[in-house]
Parts: sequence; structure tokens; C-alpha cells
Amino acid sequence: MHFGPHLLLAALEGLVTSAVLALTALGLSLVFGVMRVVNVAHGEFFMLGAVLAWAISTAIAGHPAIGFVAALVIGPLLVGLVAFLAEWLVLRRLGYNPEGTIVATIGMLYIIQQLALSFYGPEARPVEPPFSYRILLPWFGYSGYKLSVVAASALLLVLTWLVLTRTRIGLIMRATQYDRETAQAFGIPVERVYAGVFAIGAMLAAIAAVLIVPISQAHYLMGQDPLLLSFIVVIIGGLGSLRGTVVAAILIGLSDGIISMFFSPTLAKIIATLVVAMVLVFRPQGLFGTTQR
Amino acid sequence: MRDASPAKIYALHIGVIALLFALNFVLPDYHQGLFARIMALAVFAMGYNLLFGYVGMLSLGHAMFFSAGLYGAGLTVYHLGWGVPEAFVAGVACGAVLALVIGLLALRTSGVAFMIVTMMFAQVFYLLVLYFAAWTGGDQGLVIQQASRVITIGGASLDLTNPTVRYMSALTLFSVVLIATLAIARSRFGRVLVAIRENEERTKMLGYDTVANKLAAVVISGAICAASGAAYALLFGYVGSSFASVQYSILPLLWVLLGGAATTLGPLIGTLFMYYVTDIASSFTSAYLLIVGIALILLVLFAPKGILGSIRQRWLGWLP
Repeated sequence: MHFGPHLLLAALEGLVTSAVLALTALGLSLVFGVMRVVNVAHGEFFMLGAVLAWAISTAIAGHPAIGFVAALVIGPLLVGLVAFLAEWLVLRRLGYNPEGTIVATIGMLYIIQQLALSFYGPEARPVEPPFSYRILLPWFGYSGYKLSVVAASALLLVLTWLVLTRTRIGLIMRATQYDRETAQAFGIPVERVYAGVFAIGAMLAAIAAVLIVPISQAHYLMGQDPLLLSFIVVIIGGLGSLRGTVVAAILIGLSDGIISMFFSPTLAKIIATLVVAMVLVFRPQGLFGTTQR
Repeated sequence: MRDASPAKIYALHIGVIALLFALNFVLPDYHQGLFARIMALAVFAMGYNLLFGYVGMLSLGHAMFFSAGLYGAGLTVYHLGWGVPEAFVAGVACGAVLALVIGLLALRTSGVAFMIVTMMFAQVFYLLVLYFAAWTGGDQGLVIQQASRVITIGGASLDLTNPTVRYMSALTLFSVVLIATLAIARSRFGRVLVAIRENEERTKMLGYDTVANKLAAVVISGAICAASGAAYALLFGYVGSSFASVQYSILPLLWVLLGGAATTLGPLIGTLFMYYVTDIASSFTSAYLLIVGIALILLVLFAPKGILGSIRQRWLGWLP
């Protein structure tokens, strides 16, 4: 293959990474933006989504699309329930203290990871894609499913944006984010909003995982890379800024895809992590973020 | 409450050291080895405690300081054939220099950003270890041969692979660091650090250079953690990338929280307790991470002050 088509392939792969990353990072960003909680267990909610997708799709017989759709609906709902319980049982009782919640979510990370290892096992298992249509480009064929992941992710991002900016629920969430106490004084049930946001954040990660699992397999350690990359995206994009998160996800996904196609993936990660640490040190509000209150 | 006579406090610490010394002759072989490991790692926890407990800065990247010491000592022995004392010094120096650089950068941030920045620098360190696998051995690690772990002073030679020598070396390092942290905690410098934890703005207003004090704390903390890593490499003869992974940044946090942050003996108690809990648990389940996770959540919910912290609060107000 020549350089041009090679680059196109790398860019397409990067775009798929970006799509999944944007959804995952959006969940992390929502939780941090509204609740000021750094959720270290976010990657494990992602992993849980993928593992549940495998369990649900293998439990349902028939055409793979039926199992996949069931997984896409039931998986994230279950993950949302787990997150809701975690918020209710642990985070609320800590009073959302930033350091306490970090330690507690580290604890959740270990618990979820170990339970996945005990009940799901150490193997990586594939999920069959709902359809297998190949789009033929002049230089190579490309999986139609991968492109539909990009489309689904874009749709969900637009949907989230509409909910946040155009609905009453979004208004309540933004009010809570802006000033928790005033929101409470105006009769907003802040605790219920927090529980909902934490569950929605986890569900976004789970949806991203269900979408990606037909491409990369489900494994109990698969939550670590998305966690780190989501942190990177959220920091570069500016915490709590939806537009920044999407732009940063595309930037990181594309550069990750392209750098790791031409150089070593470890080197790509080293450079990305170092750049982000430096951004956080010298420009804490992120590249695209507005200044914090 | 805190004004107990210094004699009583030093007597307590020397008593603990004497107890550990006596245990060498009582413990069965398996537990003797475990205790040597616990003492070496308790030094790691004490280094972490200096920053987290006294200054109140939660770092999620201390694995890089530990493994800077580990690789600083291990690689100089393995590749350059250095002797044990030089390699130990090299390890500590690596940790101190790394801590100085990281401190200068990371201290521009605070709170949540500080945790994330330290975690990211540690991740870079971990990936670098994997990237230079040709020298570091990557995730397989390197085994340091017995022959290169012998100290020769004059005519006498000390073999660090001998269980008693290993136990005593770990105890020596542990005792030096324990007394040093006690001295720091009771010194003027230590009190400034606590003042920064309680109210940084007020401390600044009182005329203390808080950034310089925090930087000094980061460097001392990094050097102590590196000493632990260097000792670990030389005493147990293995260096590997798992020691640089994020798990080894979280373990000292767990040990310190469990034992009691900002107590001098808390790190030892936390490390000891956690090691024995996982040791007993792993005899009937392989799910030891589950226990770590549950311990972290229960601790932060019900005993945020840890074992010694709670004891100090209830009964013994004079504990340092």
C-alpha cells in the first residue's frame, strides 16, 4: 500500500477510536463537571459494559443483531444501576469530598475488576457484530460496522448536547453544576441530580464499550486504557466543556491512530501522557476550556 | 495534648525497633522473610506519609519514586557491576533528582490536578520502563544474581541473600527512616508542613515560603521512597515494571490510610496489617484485589483516620 491509502486507513481507525473515546470521556466530564468527583472507576464501568454485552449476546440465540441490540439496551442500564448504587451507598456518605471520593472510586475499581476476573475469567472474548458489510474503497475494503460506530457515537453526542441545552433536565443539571447551594435553595433535589449524573456518566461509558466490543474483544483489564485516555481528553478539552471534549477526543483519537500506525504504540502513549501532564501544569483550564469559576 | 515528654516518645519508638530486632530470633523462616519485606515496604509508606499525612498532598504517582530507587540500584548493579553501597546511593539519588524535577512541575497545581498530574508522570515513567525493555527487562524484569548482592568491607563480607542479614539490613533502614521521620515531625520544618496542610494561605501570610517547604517535602519523600525501592532491589534481587505500575502508587496510600496518616508508626502498622490480611486471604481465595478494594472503601467511610489515628484521637493524644 502507498503512503496515502495507508494514512487514510490510519485516520479511519483513529476516527473509530475518537468516537468511542468521545462518549467515554463525555461521561467522565459530566461526572466531574456536575459533581466535582474524579471517578477513577470510570474505566471499569466501560469494561463492565463490554463484559455484560458478551454475556447478554451469548445468552440470546438467533441472529447476532438481536443479541447486540439487547446488549446495547440492557448492558448500559445494568451498569447505570451499579453506578447508582455505588453513588448511593458510598459517594453520598462521603459528602463528595474530592480526596475521599478518589480513594473510594479506586476501591470500586479493584472490586469491579476482581469480580469480573472471578466471574468472567481472564480470557478475551469476542462479540459478533450485528452486521458484516464491507465498504469497498479503491485501495482496501473497510468494515461498515466500524463506520456505523462513528455515526452512532455522533448521534449520541448530539442527543446529549440537546438534552443538556434544550430540556428542563439539562437546565437542572447545569444549575447544579453552576452553584450547588443556590440550586438547592431553589428546590432542586441536588442529591437526586448527583445520583442521576453518576449513573448517566457510567452508562455513556458502557454504551461506548458495547459499541466497540464487536471490534476489540471483551477483557477484564480493558478499562485501563480508556480511563487514561478519557482523562487526557477531558483535561485537554477543559473539564466540563462538551465541545472541548469532542474536539479533544477527535484530536487524541486521530493522533493516536496515526502515531501508533507509524511508530510504536508505547511511544505514542508516552508522548500523549507527557503532553497532557504539561498542559495540566501550565494551562490548568485546558486548551479549549473557559476559565474556571 | 501533644506535649508528652520527648523521652516517652523516643522510648516508644526504640521499643518498637527493639521488638522488631527480637522478632528476628523468634519468627519462623517464612514470617522472617515476610517481615523483612514488610519493613522495606513500610519505608515506602513512611516516605508517602511524609507528603500525604503531614503536608496533606495526595499523590497518585509515588510508584515512580519507588521504582526510580529500584531501577537506580538494580540497573547499576546489573549493567555496571557496581557494589551494593554505591548502587544504594545511586538509587536514592535517582529518586531525589526525579522528585525535584517532578516537584518543580507538579507543585504548580494543587488538589485534584496534583493527583492527576502525579499519576500521569508516573504513567510516563512506567511506559518508559516498558519502552526501554532492552535495558530494564520490561515486564519480565531482571534478576540480580546472588554474587552481586554481597557487601565486602575490609575482610568481612555480608551476604544480603542470607535471611538474617537481609532482616537486619531491612530493620536498619527502617529504624533510620523511622527516627528521621520522628525528628522531622517534631522539628520546626515538620510543624510548618502541618500548618500548610491545615491552612496554606494563613501559613503564607505568616511569612513562610510554602512552595519551598512543599518542594523540600516532595524531595525528602521521594528520596525515602527511592531508598525503599533501592533496598527492595538489593535485598530481594528482582526489579520489574510491575513496581512502577499505578498499583504501587495506590498501595502506599492504602497502607498509610489504614495505619493512620500523619502518625510516625502508622505506616508500619498499615503495611503489616495489609500484608497479613492479604496473606491469610490468599490462602483461601485468589481474589485479593477484592479485599484491597473493600478495605479502601470501608476505611474511607468509617475510619478515615486509620488505626493509629483513631487510637490517638480516643486514648493516646500524645502519640506523634
